[in-house]
Amino acid sequence: MNPGNYLVLSGLLFAIGAVGVLVRRNAIVVFMCVELMLNAVNLSLVTFSRIQGNLEGQVIAFFVMVVAAAEVVIGLAIILTIFRTRRSASVDDVNLLKY
Amino acid sequence: MSAAPVVLAASSATTVAPIQTPHVEYSSISPLLIVLGLAFAGILVEAFAASEARRRIQPVLAFAGFAAAFIAVVLLHSRRATLVSGALAIDGPTLFLEGTILLFGLFAVLLVAERRLDSSGGAIVASASVTPGAAGSTAMQTSKEVQTEAYPLLAFSVSGMLMFVASNNLLVMFVALEILSLPLYLLAGLARRRRLLSQEAAMKYFLLGAFSSAFFLYGLAMIYGYAGTVRLGAIADAAGSASANDTYLYLGMGLLAVGFFFKIGAAPFHSWTPDVYQGSPTPVTAFMAAATKVAAFGGLLRVFYVAFGGLRWDWRPVIWGVAILTMAIGAVLALTQRDIKRMLAYSAIAHAGFLLVGLAAANTDGLSGSMFYLVTYGFTTIAAFAVVSLVRTGDGEASDLSQWQGLGRTSPWLAGIFAFLLLALAGIPLTSGFTGKFAVFQSAIEGDATPLVVIALVCSAIAAFFYVRVIVLMFFSDPPADGPVVVTRPSLTYATVGVGALVTLLLGVAPQPLLDLASHAAASGFVR
Repeated sequence: MNPGNYLVLSGLLFAIGAVGVLVRRNAIVVFMCVELMLNAVNLSLVTFSRIQGNLEGQVIAFFVMVVAAAEVVIGLAIILTIFRTRRSASVDDVNLLKY
Repeated sequence: MSAAPVVLAASSATTVAPIQTPHVEYSSISPLLIVLGLAFAGILVEAFAASEARRRIQPVLAFAGFAAAFIAVVLLHSRRATLVSGALAIDGPTLFLEGTILLFGLFAVLLVAERRLDSSGGAIVASASVTPGAAGSTAMQTSKEVQTEAYPLLAFSVSGMLMFVASNNLLVMFVALEILSLPLYLLAGLARRRRLLSQEAAMKYFLLGAFSSAFFLYGLAMIYGYAGTVRLGAIADAAGSASANDTYLYLGMGLLAVGFFFKIGAAPFHSWTPDVYQGSPTPVTAFMAAATKVAAFGGLLRVFYVAFGGLRWDWRPVIWGVAILTMAIGAVLALTQRDIKRMLAYSAIAHAGFLLVGLAAANTDGLSGSMFYLVTYGFTTIAAFAVVSLVRTGDGEASDLSQWQGLGRTSPWLAGIFAFLLLALAGIPLTSGFTGKFAVFQSAIEGDATPLVVIALVCSAIAAFFYVRVIVLMFFSDPPADGPVVVTRPSLTYATVGVGALVTLLLGVAPQPLLDLASHAAASGFVR
């Protein structure tokens, strides 16, 4: 099968994730959209690895997974403290800092 | 299209070649190892020492660790090599920027360790997990306890920065970017006063930072698709041969640039900067403003000079556009600010624009000028934020500009030093701000970017207005009856302010030694 199709798919997933970050209100969902973007990148890395005929891209995908897992720990901790304070995880409610 | 067959080593057992383990030159990466070791030691102290002991051990440990790493950088000053199978590069710019980051780290430790700020002592929260407004949260403001995890977090962040400016490989650069960012997201949420603002800053920084690092990563993937490797030197070779599909190259370059522009706070990716700078504890803001900018610029310079050096005619117009937009937005929006930390944040954005002028020059002088500018700007801005942390009202820092009225009458020394630092940020002669701007703008004129320099000068003039407005407010208006109080005898903060102001003055009067050091470091260029 043409590997280009996987690149298109990963581009679509990345775009869905990016749009989700911009339009969704719940911080958890925003964060999930960021994770979707990272996994879209993983797909394109593996596809490029296939196209290029070397393993570097697949190794990079492993690194990305580990980094994404570390990011989840930090992100959920921050979102949780905000939620406990405000009883809401909406990114529209955190609006004290502006102008 | 038939893809090239992927040969997995494990599938053909007869031809398995022994895996070559990379040779690691431990002595050459010793600054990085010292700071990482310090971070892990800090975690062990957190785990095993009592809270009273932690408050005394952690600052000393962190200060000694950063100082040792700085000495290691000085000892390595003549090394030029690529290390660990080409993953890291040690060269003039790397060592210069690593030394700068470690010095800023030392000052950050001093500011975080300051315990005399008010009855509470310290700018770091007693317990970050206690909900603001809950029972006991008010008592927490004056508690002697402190979240000493701030020191290991600071060390992890510095280790990421050291790796970021040394990385010779986009993957290492991405991992380093995360190592430097993740602790900063947490540190942003550790302010003792105004917890809600601090938590909000942490969340905004985290969500936008994760968003931008996804763009950086997609850029990495595109470059990998183009060149088949993520090593910077090999990318430059592939870009020079011009055989593969250029679309991936330009897409990748643009997406990587988005990640970098976010980290340095360049427009149109600057919107996080004012919010995060205002909400974070002031020592952390000072550290972010100085050290993060050095690290992000170091990585940006390396990628654009080494990997995309042959494409400079393609990226220079983009850098021009971003530099102009950044300077204009930083200078104009700073005029409208009522909050002193927010005003300094917009000033940081404007300075990112001035630094991009040095990148737009795209020559060796531009490189050395940018590195010199990073040092001058960093010392001045750390000292300025340190002064901000000293002027306080009952509920924390006197952040509103109206509260700074007449400070020149009540505390002339502090106001005088602050005025001097603001003049340096504005770029008045006899301060380091002037010599830094001069070095950058001169290299830009040599690099045929004269129109850009003219725009930069106009923006400097606009920016000078809001710095001078604060000085006028401090010295030419009467202090209000219930004005802020200045902290008495905060020795560590005084040391930071003193050294920062002294360096600002020295680099303004006699900049030549550091200029020579910067141009010596830049002359040998980046190793590949």
